[in-house]
This record gives sequence, C-alpha cells and structure tokens, in this order.
Amino acid sequence: MMKGNVLEIRDLHVEFGPKDRAIQVLNGVSFDIPQGGAVGLVGESGSGKSVTSLATMRLIPSPPGRVTKGTITFNGTDLLALPLGKMPDIRGRDIAMIFQEPMSSLNPVMKIGDQIGEAIMLHENIDRRARRAKVIEMLKLVGIPNPEGRLDSYPHQFSGGMRQRVMIAMALLCRPKLLIADEPTTALDVTIQAQVLELMKDIRARLGTAILLISHDLGVVADLCDSVVVMYAGHVVEIGATEEIFDTPRHPYTRGLLASIPRLHGGEERLFQIPGSVPVPGTIKKGCPFYSRCGMRIDRCRTEMPPMFDFDGSQRAACWVTAAEAHAHVKEPAQ
Amino acid sequence: MAGYFLRRLLDAIPTVLLVLTLVFIAMRILPGDPAIAALGDFATPEQLAAFRAKMGLDAPLWQQYFNFLWGVFTLDFGRSLMNNRPVLDLILYNLPFTIELTLMSVMFGVLAGVPLGVLAARHRNKAPDNAVRVFSLIGYAIPDFYLGALLLITFSLNLGWFPINGGGEGFADRIYHLILPALTLAFIKAAFLGRLTRTSLLEVLGRDYVRTAWAKGARENRVVYRHGLRNALLPLTTGLGLSTLAALSGSVAVELVFNRPGIGKLLISAIAERDYAVIQGGVVVFAMFVVLINLLMDLVYVIVDPRIQVK
Repeated sequence: MMKGNVLEIRDLHVEFGPKDRAIQVLNGVSFDIPQGGAVGLVGESGSGKSVTSLATMRLIPSPPGRVTKGTITFNGTDLLALPLGKMPDIRGRDIAMIFQEPMSSLNPVMKIGDQIGEAIMLHENIDRRARRAKVIEMLKLVGIPNPEGRLDSYPHQFSGGMRQRVMIAMALLCRPKLLIADEPTTALDVTIQAQVLELMKDIRARLGTAILLISHDLGVVADLCDSVVVMYAGHVVEIGATEEIFDTPRHPYTRGLLASIPRLHGGEERLFQIPGSVPVPGTIKKGCPFYSRCGMRIDRCRTEMPPMFDFDGSQRAACWVTAAEAHAHVKEPAQ
Repeated sequence: MAGYFLRRLLDAIPTVLLVLTLVFIAMRILPGDPAIAALGDFATPEQLAAFRAKMGLDAPLWQQYFNFLWGVFTLDFGRSLMNNRPVLDLILYNLPFTIELTLMSVMFGVLAGVPLGVLAARHRNKAPDNAVRVFSLIGYAIPDFYLGALLLITFSLNLGWFPINGGGEGFADRIYHLILPALTLAFIKAAFLGRLTRTSLLEVLGRDYVRTAWAKGARENRVVYRHGLRNALLPLTTGLGLSTLAALSGSVAVELVFNRPGIGKLLISAIAERDYAVIQGGVVVFAMFVVLINLLMDLVYVIVDPRIQVK
C-alpha cells in the first residue's frame, strides 16, 4: 500500500450470473485515491463505475454478482479479505456513500432526523440528546434551513436537492475518510447541481474527506476532482490528473467523451457522438474493448489488449496507437 | 384526524344504504313464502293473512322497505319467526363469539404468516423458502371445514386436549374453546399473509433506501426489520383487511363444524328454517362488519404511511 492513499483498488474482477456462464463486468480495474483527494470515475452507462463503487462497499448483490479477483485496500486493510460480518463497522463510519436518486434513497416512512441519526447510532455509543445535536449541526453544515424544525419531517416533504443534502449529511455524520458519491447530481436541476457540488467541495476542504465521484458528466468531474479515471466496458482505459486528461486526452474513448460535451460557442455543427454503444458485458473476449467504435484502430487492437502505457506526467492510457505516437512505454508491468 | 375519521364515516353511509337495499331485495326475491315457512303447509289462508299482517308483510313493498330501514336504524330487526325472540337479542348473544373467533384467527394468522414470510424472503429460493411455499400451497388448498374436522377429530376426539363443541363460559374457558376453531381459520390466513409478506418484503429489499441502510452500516436484522418490514407493512395492511373479511365468511363453516355459537351459525340455521327476520338481521350485521373493517383499514393506512395526507 502506497503511503498517502486512502484507497487502492488493484486488478478488480467482478462477474455476474451463474458460474458456468458468468458475465465479466469488471476486468482488472486498478486505481488509487489519495488521502483527502478527489477522484472522478467517468464512463458511459454500463462501463462498470457503479459496480466498482459497490464492490468497495461490498454491496454487490450476491447472487448474482461476485468479486473473483483483486484487492481493495482501505487504509492498509484488504476489504475483500475481511469477513462480511465486519463490513457494517466500516460502512458508514469509514466509507460512506451517496446515491444518484435522492428521491428514492431515503426511507419514506422514517423521519429525517431518525434516518440521519441512525448513521451515528450504528457506530457510536451516543445518547439521544447528543445524537440530536450532531444531526442538527450536520444539517446546518449541508445548508438545510431551520434544521431543528425539519428533524420530524418525512422525506416526501423535502425537494430533490434538499434530499440530496440530507443524504450528504447522513453520509458525513461519522466523518468518514472516504465518501463515494455515485452520480450525486445527475437527478438534480442544474442550479441545484451547482449547489450540491459547491457543498461537496466545501466539505472536502473543511473535513478533509476523500471523494470518489462517479459521473458520466465530465463537467462535474472537472469542477471537483484532482484526477480522473476513465472506464470503458469494465476496463480502466485512462488515468491522469484532471488538467492532463482535459488538455491532452490520450485514449480515443476519452477524446470522444470530451468531444461530445456541448459547448456554448461551438458553432452550429452537429454535436459529436461516439458511434455505436457500449458493448454488452461479456461479449468482448480479446483485444481492445473499444475496438468496434474506435476511429483510430489498427489490426493489433483487434487481437491484443493494450496495457496501460505511461505518458507524460501522471497520465496513463491503454491505447496502442496513441502510445506509439507519443513514444509512451509501460514503466511497470501491467497488473 | 378526528375530522378525517368522521368524514370517512359519512362516506360509508351510501355504502351502507346500498347494502341494506340489496339485502332487502334479496330477501324478497328469495323463493318461498315466509308465512308458509313459519306456519307450515297446512295453515289456513286466514292464519297466513293474520301472520302477514302481524309481520307487516302485507304492506306495499316500498313501505316494507322503509319499515326495514327504520328498523335497522333503530336497531329493531323484528322478531324471529321461529321462536318469537327479538332478532337483536339473538345477534347480541351470538356476535361476541364471532368477533372473538375472527380476532383470534387473524392474530394467529399474523403471528404465523408474517414471520414465515420474512423467513422465506431472507432465504429466497433456498430450503426455508421452499418449505414456506409448500405450507402456503397446502394452506390455500385445504378447505376450512375439512381442516376443522381433522383438527377436531385429532385433538378433541382422539387426544382429548380440546373441547369438542360449544363456545365456553367465562374468559379462560372461552379462549380454550376458541383455539381449535381459530387455528382452523388462521391456517389459510398464515398461508396468504406469508406469501404476501414474502413478495412485499422482497420487493422492498430491492429498493434504493434499503441500499442506503446497508451503506450506513446497518446489519441484516436492522435492514430487514427496521427498513424492510416497516415498508412492506403498507401492502400487508390491505392483505390484513381482506384476510379479516375472509375470516368472517370462513367463520360460517367453522362455527358449524365446531358447533359453536356465532352469527354464522345463527345465519345457517335461520336459512334452513326460512327465518327471514333473522337472516335479514344476520346479513345486515355481516355487511356492517365489512364496512367497518374497510373503514378501519383506511385509518390504519394513515397511521402506517406518513405520505398519506390527512386534511
């Protein structure tokens, strides 16, 4: 484990379905999150972003899913080697998670105060009054007006943005070292989206919580994250600091993603879209997973999976073509 | 809340009126003449006419209808054609037996059915789930009068653990007399509620907020009971209402098998004897029960689901 990393994922493989005809959903995902860092995990739907985050929490529904290989090291402990019964001690206390759907992620028949308070009650021996005080303090921190008066409200009495704030308050109550945010702003209005992002930035600055932000929205990632992990069809295809990725994307898929962001002064030409769609998991047996949609492909891509080449700076990408162009090499053997 | 209850009560009035009208019409189009039924085939026309006059059966139909409504309104259901006792007395004597049977069987059904459903949902597609499925199939398939007879033969006649018939005297004895009939009715309820709990709980356990509970660090018991079952109870409330109504209709057969007093038994013997006044009264009581239970369900919804606005 590298010093200074709160989370290290190495060679993570996840498959779904019955063992004899299992479908590979993650094929060797590796990346790090530094202490207090913010990492963006991007890719289209079906690229394996959410499965990666659920695997970290060990919340992949099983059956049908299971981790077949790899390690997820959190503060020196391999989470995958822990007995499942130990995970509730880590969930919520050390690693917290917020989800995409604030409308459905809160229990409809439980008061907001109780739901948030439950997060701390599960991990700390704390009396009712102290719990209440902590909940109110946290609700203030996430910007809920009149928190004392909202404790006895039910989720349906909150707007979507307010519910996501409640989710964030719940996630941060135990001061976790890592917050996994799975598309936290996707279901929100643009103005609310900006508010929630500001809130997450602010919290990171104040509490030093590391953030893994999962999003298909590169704008959101650029706003919040120091580094970016690009996933495609269960593979990590590019990793790098945020500016590097945005300035000089090395993988054709990343280039496609960046080119398909609408721009305000982009003229009137048709918005770029990557042709085709993400392959159905399990259909790619060899070669580069992006082969069928890639505009730069060569023959080698069809048969040989490219390793992660090291480019300038911290940037790494898995592409034969751009690596050759940039004279990039593999510094360490691919894991 | 009180205002809401009052409004629901007022809403029930048209239903009650409709039910009473249907009962009245059904009684009039039923084959057979109550006067002949009461006095026998050899009564003279004068005797029949006198009987009809006494019972108000010679009045025009609309007048009979309003008399009937007024009677129900003033809790005067007339007198039994057979033994001349006020129908209200017969009902008041028999009603507690039916109510206690219904309550007890629903209680047994819930106490057995809900845990079975939780067990099945937690071990989905494994041995406990299959066992519960088989139990439910048997519960659905076996008629209550047959099950009642089996229990009666086994536990009362052969083993002598329970009384053979009657309703019992005094609290403890009445509970003692209740156990087998209530178990008989509870069997299908447990089967029904077990399946319902399983389905409902499995559906809820796949919801986003259950994932949130896991992510918070809740352990399985807490996730299942505090977050899962609490939400799964919403559809269960409907099931419970239906099940209580089914207990009422089931009580007819069970009261016969166990030869215990009750509205069901009262109705059956009244029908056999063409005792129109008693039939009318018994059906009205049953109908009121149904309306009342539906009303209660509406109230329970408000209590268990905070999203239902009471205005």
